[in-house]
Amino acid sequence: METDKSKIGSFIFNRSVQGIFYQLVTLGLVALGIYYIVTNTARNMLERGLASGFHFLGVESQFDIGMTLIEYSPTSTYFDSFIVGLLNTLLVAGIGILFATIIGFTVGIMRLSSNWLIAKIAEAYVEILRNIPLLLQIFFWYFAVLRALPKPKQSLELYDSFFLNNRGLFIPDTVFGEGSSIIFYMLWLTIIISIGIFIWAKRRQNRTGERFPAFYVSTALILGTFFISLAATGFPVSFEYPELKGFNFKGGVKLIPELVALTFALAMYTASFIAEVVRGGIMAVSKGQTEAAKSVGLKQNLILRLIIIPQALRVIVPPLTNQYLNLTKNSSLAAAIAYPDLVLVFAGTALMQTGQAIEIIGMVMGVYLFLSLITSLIMNLFNRFMKVDGER
Amino acid sequence: MSAANKEIGPPVIELGVMGWLRKNLFSNWYNSLLTIFGLYLLYILIPPLVNWIFLDANFVGSTRDDCTNEGACWIFIQQNIKLIFYGLYPTEELWRINFVYLILLISGVYLLIPNLKHKGWVGAFLLIIFPIICVVMLSGGLGLESVETRLWGGLFLTLVIAGVGIVLSLPIGVMLALGRRSKLPVVSLLCTIFIEIWRGVPLITVLFMASNMFPLFMPEGVNFDKLIRALIGVMFFSAAYLAEVVRGGLQAMPKGQYEASQAVGLTYWRMMALVILPQSLKMVIPAIIGSFIAIFKDTTLVLVIGLFDFLGIIQFVGTNPDWLGFSHEGYVFAAAVFWVFCYAMSWYSQRLEKKLDTGR
Repeated sequence: METDKSKIGSFIFNRSVQGIFYQLVTLGLVALGIYYIVTNTARNMLERGLASGFHFLGVESQFDIGMTLIEYSPTSTYFDSFIVGLLNTLLVAGIGILFATIIGFTVGIMRLSSNWLIAKIAEAYVEILRNIPLLLQIFFWYFAVLRALPKPKQSLELYDSFFLNNRGLFIPDTVFGEGSSIIFYMLWLTIIISIGIFIWAKRRQNRTGERFPAFYVSTALILGTFFISLAATGFPVSFEYPELKGFNFKGGVKLIPELVALTFALAMYTASFIAEVVRGGIMAVSKGQTEAAKSVGLKQNLILRLIIIPQALRVIVPPLTNQYLNLTKNSSLAAAIAYPDLVLVFAGTALMQTGQAIEIIGMVMGVYLFLSLITSLIMNLFNRFMKVDGER
Repeated sequence: MSAANKEIGPPVIELGVMGWLRKNLFSNWYNSLLTIFGLYLLYILIPPLVNWIFLDANFVGSTRDDCTNEGACWIFIQQNIKLIFYGLYPTEELWRINFVYLILLISGVYLLIPNLKHKGWVGAFLLIIFPIICVVMLSGGLGLESVETRLWGGLFLTLVIAGVGIVLSLPIGVMLALGRRSKLPVVSLLCTIFIEIWRGVPLITVLFMASNMFPLFMPEGVNFDKLIRALIGVMFFSAAYLAEVVRGGLQAMPKGQYEASQAVGLTYWRMMALVILPQSLKMVIPAIIGSFIAIFKDTTLVLVIGLFDFLGIIQFVGTNPDWLGFSHEGYVFAAAVFWVFCYAMSWYSQRLEKKLDTGR
């Protein structure tokens, strides 16, 4: 009897047995919750006569979209509208990331300037922009600035080729004439050769210690070949400028005001965060590094390129990617000013028409989740690659 | 060597106003150029702004016709101030909101003044009794007339959403962080999936989900109010972000703290509550407040599911035919208010960081 009791006792109070018990309880509760939600949903959908499944993706959408990067018309399917929305999201995110990086790095470096005024201006930029909600900034640029611009006839213009008015931003379009494909082939060829030069220069430096100006040589090679082939083929590339015809502009590329406002707001807002990331990264490189580099006789530009930037980048890149991801997710605010992104087109219009909330919101969330997971995967690889041996 | 023979002049003065100017603004030619560029930038930005906001602005009057000066028409804000601050809340019941504000203000000031006794009790009151007071006062009950949440709006609604989001998401976030660090694989996996899903999607899709999918999840006859659905969405969303912040603090704890608490025989929950969490939360206070600021800014998104928060109501007031064309004033006012709230929070976080720094 005595031994039986102690056996039960040691079984109940065993750590791993308790662990398994708690896990089973958690699993059971979660399963119960999911079961509850699924049965409720199934009954609700049956009662409301809602369809389920992904058949709707092949059905004609019957709505038009204001801005499309691929062929699209009301006779296209819902799946096409999904792709259009996705491409529009990626477009605004791509342009936004480009400008946010440029502004962010500029402001971040300005904050570290030894010039007091410049540093203070950069600080004011950061403190003002990041403490105002993004949606408010988008509204401001869209409703208060772009929609308040003059009509096409009184457009603001730059060099007779860029026009800004309440219909949007008009920029010149590049037209590739006959023979321009040769230029592209030459461009690709020189880029491949340059990569070869870089590898060779690196090997030679490792072997002999001599440096080869690979950067200047390959830049000269690429640009030189580009212009020579341009001249040799008789300048087949030309620009088509937007022109005022009647009440609106014809020709060129038209960027709708929603896109301009959204990109502008996203870039300015995210830049204030990127500036802080850049500042933190540069400050994280200790002063001793610069001094040591100077004392071994490296030149100023080499100190920057070989000592400071590589070390700062290790600190900067992970939070920077995070900011890129935030920008992409924030581009979903497009829905508030009717820029046809994934959320507005698919989770808005398509959802309204089909009523298939679960499938549609699931797909939209899936897209963003996929982007996040890919980013964190790349980030993990980057961290492993950049890890210094012997570091924790 | 002629350079060595040359007489060395006195060192450049670095004291006084001139010295400061020379050192910080005109140390060499490109710095001087940058300074001049900066001054020019300020010159084209600041005077027109000051003129528009203050000098040329209109402050007195009651209709748009009183806005005769060229600057901003602050009469627009003045005339709609009740709508902007309280939404459509019935005018005769406004004292209830103000009463709640007053309690919050008094206890907040009490907590901020250093060296007062019984701060723990005041904090407990704020966390436990105050929410009950809020619910009763704001939505009605106990003899008070009930006010539907569709009448809630303006800055008041923004504060409600942000406040509930912040207060409820912190404990959930802590639990999720503990779960993710748990040694039990099932618990850890479930928490990780939960956190990553919420963090991976934009808040706007969460709100769409809350407004379109939650009603489908509920059994027959149970119908959540739109505001509560939005609150649940905001709460889980910010809990996931807070969980990652708290996890950072937990990971930064030295292993010795865990081992020492186990060695003195503390159970898991006691170890966490008495040793680990107090220290690790203190470490991540700036990041936690950073998340709070993010939640506060993100509450503006509820306008896409048809709730009229501070920004939503300003957008709405601007479409009133009597006041068309004053969107600039509305946005500048909203930006100023949001900025003051967010900046105050980050200022407080810096102060707290300094105060709690025990020099580890």
